[in-house]
Amino acid sequence: MSNRMMRLATLSVLSALLVAGATSACAASTEADYKTAYAAADAANNEAGKLRNQWTTAVKALKEAKKAAEAGDFDKAVAESKKSEMLSKAAIFQTNEQKDAWKQMEIR
Amino acid sequence: MRLTFRSAAAGLILATLTFGGAQMSHAADNPNPPADLKAFQKYFTDKFPKVKLEDFVNGPYSMDEGLYKQWKEKEEFPPYEFALDAGKELFNKPFKNGKSFADCFPNKGIGVRQNYPYFDEKQGKVVTLELAVNQCLESNGEKPFSYTKDDMASVTAYMAFTSRGKPFDIKIPNDPRALAAYENGKRYFYTRRGQLNFSCATCHVQSPGDHIRAEVLAPALGILNAMPIYRSEWGGMGTISRRFTSCNSQVRAVPLKPQDDEYRDLEYYLSYVSNGLPISGPGARP
Amino acid sequence: MASTIRVRATSSGDTTEVQALIQHPMDSGFVKNAAGALIPPHFIQQVTFEHGGKPVFVADWGPAVSKDPYVKFSFKGGKKGDELKISWVDNKGVSDSSTAKIQ
Repeated sequence: MSNRMMRLATLSVLSALLVAGATSACAASTEADYKTAYAAADAANNEAGKLRNQWTTAVKALKEAKKAAEAGDFDKAVAESKKSEMLSKAAIFQTNEQKDAWKQMEIR
Repeated sequence: MRLTFRSAAAGLILATLTFGGAQMSHAADNPNPPADLKAFQKYFTDKFPKVKLEDFVNGPYSMDEGLYKQWKEKEEFPPYEFALDAGKELFNKPFKNGKSFADCFPNKGIGVRQNYPYFDEKQGKVVTLELAVNQCLESNGEKPFSYTKDDMASVTAYMAFTSRGKPFDIKIPNDPRALAAYENGKRYFYTRRGQLNFSCATCHVQSPGDHIRAEVLAPALGILNAMPIYRSEWGGMGTISRRFTSCNSQVRAVPLKPQDDEYRDLEYYLSYVSNGLPISGPGARP
Repeated sequence: MASTIRVRATSSGDTTEVQALIQHPMDSGFVKNAAGALIPPHFIQQVTFEHGGKPVFVADWGPAVSKDPYVKFSFKGGKKGDELKISWVDNKGVSDSSTAKIQ
């Protein structure tokens, strides 16, 4: 390995570390990461759909994830998938919580 | 991520707890529509002692003096006139098989708006006016209308117009399925949904008369009496289906399909608790 | 096809108050449809109200006027039973006219 290549390698390791430090997430996401994250988000969204309470923002994030993945931006695709999953899980939580809680608002 | 989700969830719980604490917990859970109706109307007449019961059908106009003046002027030359004319034409136009809308409705469809929705024991479900219009079209081999605007809004506008002043007369027959539909509609009305965590009641029970941005929120009591409406915001007419779906998306919940079970049941509940208030549709809203 | 114009004119003393509603899409040319394509401009360019063959109100309109526009104005000299002629022409050359009796 030449000196120059060595320096390049160190640099890239360093910058990877820097990125990792800044975002406190793992380095560049792969297509496989995206597929896992998207599947989880899609499943959560479908479950919210079965409960008749999808959130528009979750559906939108899911679309954004797909778009980013098609453009090869897997970091964004994973981030959007995770955001969508989080929102759908909140929707599911909301539905379950409202199963009885709606009565508190009722006029009697 | 996980952390944010948990804290969001905790926020939800906290909000519910505070709300639950402030309100008394209720013991009896037996469905009792007549008692619901009485309590519902009393809530609004207590909240707005100056507004006459029959004036609640005028929505935000009954709550705000300035708006009321503007509306009076608008009513002299209402923006729904074109839809009304188009509706009359559509209503009287014979189908390809020679029949017309008049053949599908009691009293030839004139002055019957106040009886919809009703519980159809044969179909085992709530039938709204909009659904009945499309069922009429389909059973006569015609293409059904889109539920949210245009032809549907025009035809229902005309039917409402011929029923103006007649009080809502929604009946709940002695059938457990009808009561279940009513209860389901009530549950939908009070259930929070969407990212903004709003129920229908958040705006239309807790805050009628208050502003949301530049608009005055309408009271839930009498809100369907004025349907369909010309909304300046929409730049056109909208049906009850349009109202429900757009309310859902405004709180960031994905709307259901027009005339899905939940929406029909909701219309059943909301119309029932407005029993006695006159039909005022078609209406005009900012 | 029913007329696109609704007019009501009422006389009180020496002034006549006129209200009119015109059915027109008034597309500005800047709005996109559901498919994302621009809706071509289509708006009324001139509205004219004539009384006894003489224009009493002429307006040059543009794309900034709202859909289904509403006009209200009053003028001096109208009498009950007089005829009022209303017409409009848009940027595509389409036009419509109508008459109304002053009440």
